[in-house]
Amino acid sequence: MKRVYAREEVCVGCKLCEVYCATAHSEYPMDIVKAFLKQKTKPLPRILVEDNLSISFALQCRHCDEAPCTKACITGAMQKDPVTGIVRNDESRCVGCWTCILACPFGAIRRDNQGHKVASKCDLCSNGAEDFEAANASNVPVCVQNCPNRALQFLDSVREGGE
Amino acid sequence: MDYVIVGNSAAAVGTVEGIRSVDLEGKITLFSKEPYPAYSRPLISYYLSGKVTPEKMYYRDSEFYKRLQVEAHLGTEIQALKLEEKKVELSTGEKIPYDRLLIATGGKPISPPIPGREYSGVSTFLTWDDVKELGKELFPGIKVVVIGAGLIGLKATEALVKREAIVTVAELSTRILSAILDEESAQIVQNHLEEQGVKFKLNNTVAQILGEKGKVTGVRLQNGEELECDRVILAIGVRPNLDLVRDTTIKLNQGILVNPQMATSVTDVYAAGDVSEGYDKIYQESRVLPILPNAYKQGFNAGVNMAGGSSEYQSGFAMNAIGFFGLPMLTAGIIKPNAPDFQEYVQQDQTKRSYKKIVLRAGKLVGYIALNTMDRAGILTGLIDQEVDVSAFQEHLLKEDFGYIHFPKELRRQRLTLRK
Amino acid sequence: MALSMNTPDFLIERNINRCINCQVCVRQCANEAHHWDAEEEKVVSDDAQCVNCHRCVTMCPTHALSIRKFPLEFRENANWTASTMRAIYKQAETGGILLTGMGTDRPYPIYWDHLLLNASQVTNPSIDPLREPMELKTFLGRKPEQLRVENGKLVEPLPPQIELDLPIMFSAMSFGSVSLNVAKSLVQAAETLGIFYNTGEGGLHEDLYRYGKNTIVQVASGRFGVHTEYLNAGVAIEIKIGQGAKPGIGGHLPGEKVGAEVSRTRMIPERSDAISPAPHHDIYSIEDLTQLIFSLKEATNYEKPVIVKIAAVHNVSAIASGIARAGADIIAIDGFRGGTGAAPLRTRDSVGIPIELALAAVDNRLREEGIRNQVSLVVGGSIRNSADIVKAIALGADAVYVASAALIAMGCHMCQKCYTGKCNWGIATQNPQLVKRLNPEIGAERVTNLLRAWEHEIKELLGGMGINAIESLRGNRLMLRGIGLSDRDLNILGVLAAGE
Repeated sequence: MKRVYAREEVCVGCKLCEVYCATAHSEYPMDIVKAFLKQKTKPLPRILVEDNLSISFALQCRHCDEAPCTKACITGAMQKDPVTGIVRNDESRCVGCWTCILACPFGAIRRDNQGHKVASKCDLCSNGAEDFEAANASNVPVCVQNCPNRALQFLDSVREGGE
Repeated sequence: MDYVIVGNSAAAVGTVEGIRSVDLEGKITLFSKEPYPAYSRPLISYYLSGKVTPEKMYYRDSEFYKRLQVEAHLGTEIQALKLEEKKVELSTGEKIPYDRLLIATGGKPISPPIPGREYSGVSTFLTWDDVKELGKELFPGIKVVVIGAGLIGLKATEALVKREAIVTVAELSTRILSAILDEESAQIVQNHLEEQGVKFKLNNTVAQILGEKGKVTGVRLQNGEELECDRVILAIGVRPNLDLVRDTTIKLNQGILVNPQMATSVTDVYAAGDVSEGYDKIYQESRVLPILPNAYKQGFNAGVNMAGGSSEYQSGFAMNAIGFFGLPMLTAGIIKPNAPDFQEYVQQDQTKRSYKKIVLRAGKLVGYIALNTMDRAGILTGLIDQEVDVSAFQEHLLKEDFGYIHFPKELRRQRLTLRK
Repeated sequence: MALSMNTPDFLIERNINRCINCQVCVRQCANEAHHWDAEEEKVVSDDAQCVNCHRCVTMCPTHALSIRKFPLEFRENANWTASTMRAIYKQAETGGILLTGMGTDRPYPIYWDHLLLNASQVTNPSIDPLREPMELKTFLGRKPEQLRVENGKLVEPLPPQIELDLPIMFSAMSFGSVSLNVAKSLVQAAETLGIFYNTGEGGLHEDLYRYGKNTIVQVASGRFGVHTEYLNAGVAIEIKIGQGAKPGIGGHLPGEKVGAEVSRTRMIPERSDAISPAPHHDIYSIEDLTQLIFSLKEATNYEKPVIVKIAAVHNVSAIASGIARAGADIIAIDGFRGGTGAAPLRTRDSVGIPIELALAAVDNRLREEGIRNQVSLVVGGSIRNSADIVKAIALGADAVYVASAALIAMGCHMCQKCYTGKCNWGIATQNPQLVKRLNPEIGAERVTNLLRAWEHEIKELLGGMGINAIESLRGNRLMLRGIGLSDRDLNILGVLAAGE
């Protein structure tokens, strides 16, 4: 399956990926201004840029083959889709217990405390699409599309992360 | 191939999924003492407080058994195991044969012999039925005494407070949550709970339950103090439920002993979940690890092996995620070392109610407490699990923004870049 | 502390209806013109720091920013202009030479814009470049007096030539004045396009040796990074006598830009200013130049053409004639509008002459003396587009050198602050955080795109003239007419006036 990989050698730490990710997952996915200025709750990105004075890179859910979060989830809300391989959190069933945050070795899951507590993480911009084959093939995640320096790439990988 | 599973919680579900990952044909029969489809035990306190509705209690969707072709017998208790015949016996006397058996009978609440515990109004806090019954009896202002300030006792307390009960917690230890927190962090949590109106009687316990006309009216504590109450909840802890295996030849310790393949000492009999005792790689000995992630993983591992696949699980260790009234905490491994070859480092901020502690042994992380400042603490869990030597970057572990950026470049590259 | 009279040059305008306080501008401005006010929870800007590089404007995801000239008016004065006065304020405060970057911005006449090209009408019909092949290939190097052929073979071998698929090369920009990622972008583009890039006086970084067959190595007065492997690494060697932007003085790389890599490549200590001497201290006469040219040929087994680069100055034709006779294979002339990483402001703006006039003068002189074939002529000094290139070849050039245009393709916005080392585009800096911003993949792509676009345009212009090979355009002054030029100018350029 295709996953997002960051190249720290060319990441400029601008955090535009965070802006576009947050917008895409907000009430106004196509309008950055409205997403940030009109929506009552602050849009939360699922990607996180780690940076200090000399290094920066973006990090998000690796959609691990043996995803520890899915095994830790107490409600069964966190599941790996058997077809697309995407690990998704069913927010309607999530109770915000944060056991997934405890289990994720990449620290890729965030607490969304605005409104009803849920765990928030990258969904490869599938937005819960039923027919996702198309999404994975031609729908490149917005972080990859909008990185101004091509630091994020959407590439096939054989095996990834987890336990 | 006939698979029989005794149990219907996380370990049992894991086993089903593990079997089906290898064998799509074999027959799986599952027996559940409780009458419900697999539900999440940790959610019972959420149910009691009203946060979770009945439909959301289930651990898997409604088509789960059908989709994975499991013949589930709910509300059917197994009476006995006839291991020499390779059969399990129901209360009707009917015997069901198996080729491979999984025992996932979970845990039983510890019920100490406190005089007065037979009064009505005294209950444990383990099953959905327990909270359904308790929920019916609650009214605003009801006085409840909870015995045990551990994970279960305090989750029960939180739910009760949300239902406007007045709760006093009695705990034998000098601190609450002694299994997962040290003194300073426990104090922070205790203060937080006291602000919500909870009262604590630490270094104390209930010596006698008082009652009248067969109903609870109060308790007398070990130090002689007496408290009025309408209900008592026994939440001292949970022990592996060994009722079915005590009379068999299966080797036991605290729980059913299992090897890395989750096999017991009897051929074709496996165990997983709270009833089992597998290897704790941090304590480096066999231990019962009654936590959901462990139960699921053990179950899955057992299932794969039962179906003829090959899988090992030797990497369990204690880890917990819990929170009370908006104060979250993540903990893992050894948090209160008592030998000289450990190093502990702490960072705390009283004003922010945050406490972070790391415990190292021989350069490796073996435990941590992340109270309030717990975002991304899973990275620490990963370091424990992967047994990484963190000496080169240990001073960064306590930072609030500790992340992959603090890893040595080569380690970060291994974890994050494309691998073929 | 006395009052500073430095007022901001630019005004940052932030549209608060569009600003989402994402802080991308804060993170991207190396001049710290934007910062996050934690108390007010919004981004605020300090106009005084802005150099108008447009990094923030380009990066802003909601296009909420704009930069304007700082609205500060002096009483109208055609003589004491605002910039003239501000220069004095600065020098009164610092007592120092005013530095600047890139080419002169003064309104001198640009002769390219006064030259018009011909097109075919009835006789000698146009050629359609989409249907007919157009030969843009050219060879630079000394051409013999005559070719003698015996049995289908040349009697004497040709002097060494370098082959260009397009009559364009990348002019010298030293590693140090620009980042390694600039060099990587240029050399990869050169490889794709079949042309060459020039190391400039900063030496050749070890990562770039593999691109040797698309590299021209430069030997400048400071002799930075010059050793035998270096000389043999490229396909030609260029002796830099002068540079159009700052004739008469040597290169200047401030210590801030001399990091570990630059230090190693140039063979100088870190953080030391790299100041090239004004002359080569072993060249005090034309005979000395001959000696150096032949030393370099000896060191490289006479396999590589030697280029001598001079700035366009008053006696440029005499100088060029001397250089041709001294043994150079190629003469590169750099006009006064050329760019630089750092130069004194007054030198940049007042010294040297335009390349158009210099080219015409040199080409004429060499033809008159009958030695035009002895050297190829390459010109630079603000070649901005394909029309400039065609006109330059028509005036007599064999090929052109471009540099500023390539940098603009990579993102340069001509803020003229290269000497500070804080280039927000990752071009004129050695700060690793800034250098990253120029991803060589993208840089190479953009530069290649630019030159491919120019290639198509050149073919169109040639086709329009009824010409299908660069060879037929070279020195073909009849293809040019002057417009709005004095007789004197027309004379020097050797072109007729439009209408004639």
